Amino acid sequence: MAPKPKHAFLVPAFVTGWLLALAQLGYRLAKGELGANPIATTLNQLGLLALALLTATLTCTPLKLTLGWTWPLRVRRSLGLLSFSTVLLHFALYLGADQGFDLASVLVDILKRPFILVGFLAFLLMIPLAWTSSKQAVQRLTFPVWQQLHRLVYVVGVLGALHFYLRVKADHTQPLIYAAVILAGFAVRLVAWRAKLRARQPRAA
Amino acid sequence: MSQTPPEPKSSEVTPPELYARRREFLKTSGLYVATSAAVGLGLSQLSSLGSADPPKQPPPMPKPAPGAPEWKIEKRGEFTVAEPLTEYGAVTTYNNFYELGLSKSEPAEQAFHLKPRPWTVRVTGQVAKPQTLDIDTLLRWFPLEERIYRMRCVEAWSMVIPWVGFPLAALIKRLEPTSRAKFVSFTTLLDPVQLPNQESRVLKWPYVEGLRIDEATHPLALLAVGLYGAPLPGQNGAPLRLVVPWKYGFKGSKSIVEIGFVEQEPPTTWNRAAPDEYGFYANVNPEVDHPRWSQASERRIGEIVRRPTLPFNGYADAVAHLYRGMDLARSF
Repeated sequence: MAPKPKHAFLVPAFVTGWLLALAQLGYRLAKGELGANPIATTLNQLGLLALALLTATLTCTPLKLTLGWTWPLRVRRSLGLLSFSTVLLHFALYLGADQGFDLASVLVDILKRPFILVGFLAFLLMIPLAWTSSKQAVQRLTFPVWQQLHRLVYVVGVLGALHFYLRVKADHTQPLIYAAVILAGFAVRLVAWRAKLRARQPRAA
Repeated sequence: MSQTPPEPKSSEVTPPELYARRREFLKTSGLYVATSAAVGLGLSQLSSLGSADPPKQPPPMPKPAPGAPEWKIEKRGEFTVAEPLTEYGAVTTYNNFYELGLSKSEPAEQAFHLKPRPWTVRVTGQVAKPQTLDIDTLLRWFPLEERIYRMRCVEAWSMVIPWVGFPLAALIKRLEPTSRAKFVSFTTLLDPVQLPNQESRVLKWPYVEGLRIDEATHPLALLAVGLYGAPLPGQNGAPLRLVVPWKYGFKGSKSIVEIGFVEQEPPTTWNRAAPDEYGFYANVNPEVDHPRWSQASERRIGEIVRRPTLPFNGYADAVAHLYRGMDLARSF
């Protein structure tokens, strides 16, 4: 479905906004404005950016279901891909600057540390989703199969919020807010799904 | 000789239907710019939540207060590491001092609430004479010395800091603990006016840390009153803090108001908050990982790639004997 000219600006605008956020982070890193431990700060901020985008991706459908807005559905795929791209940067920085490309130590980290394992699983599960994000992929897989596969994004959302929650030392407010938004979205979907089932059932005479 | 410019070719004339769409074009461009800006700003804000902006300038060095005892520092080479010092700006803006804020840079911004003078320290428990000591009395009792120590945070970053202070052992000797004093506790000020984040319940206040008496009397254990030759800034624990260089940084209570000599291992703050993550001993040990991250390596502040962590933070020769026969994986 080609976007109506009315909405044609949305996807480019979201991509531009993402690039602006990255550019700002890069600028502050280059200027030495990220404090005494810039690698850790950049790593944290990329992670938060990815989780914010993932949460936004998962909020598109609930917005349609509750408020009837359709424009979020036009940016949903782009938001998911932007989140995945940010996760790639987050993982690359962890691999390179944090671990110095020491693959053995990364493997130990992943296997031994629940918070890193959870984050890594979320990253792995995003790969097939990003791979099959094109219209051609939907046609190739057929819609029901594609839809089943893409329900994995719910698992990714939960893992993403959990990754953040497990990472935090004392103040869990922020990860709990992300988790609450994601779970509220699930509740909206569940209510809508049950209403649909009920509507389909023949009324008792 | 004037010439009228040639008329534009008919192919260059804007077709009427496009001409009519210029309003729509302008509107779409406006929406694009506004949406990009809003998305960019929103994402920047969300991703920097919780990591407050560090100050652009390093904080000014505090000066000894008027009326305070003269600030004379002996330099003794025996307690020094031959590694580059961490910059003053980093030492004083990258702090864990939750009573002044949870991010690394907040303590430096909130430290103005903390008034390090006048200041007294209560000495309680198993000592010859429990008493309240003025900070100036302490400064008069002991000659100040500079010691350059590695500081390894449990979060796997480290610094090299030139502290100014006096040996804890000298104070303990002077206070004459009784034979029943097996542990020493160090309690931070409890005052939400001076330490505003004590209004939050992230940890149980006041902050308490402790040492075994033989650890406390080890010559490396230091009570610091300054760094980089000047009095401690608030965010580093003014006016008096504990420095135990072979242990993780959280063992070093800041802004101490009570030193207690006790028979039993004192309940300590992080150990009570998460006993499986923060042990009472908290000796730097690359072989015993924190449950959530590896302690095998650390990032020295100012460097990019991590360096290996040393047993007892490089002080094994001096302190390993204190733990002979102990299972350090269990007593972590």
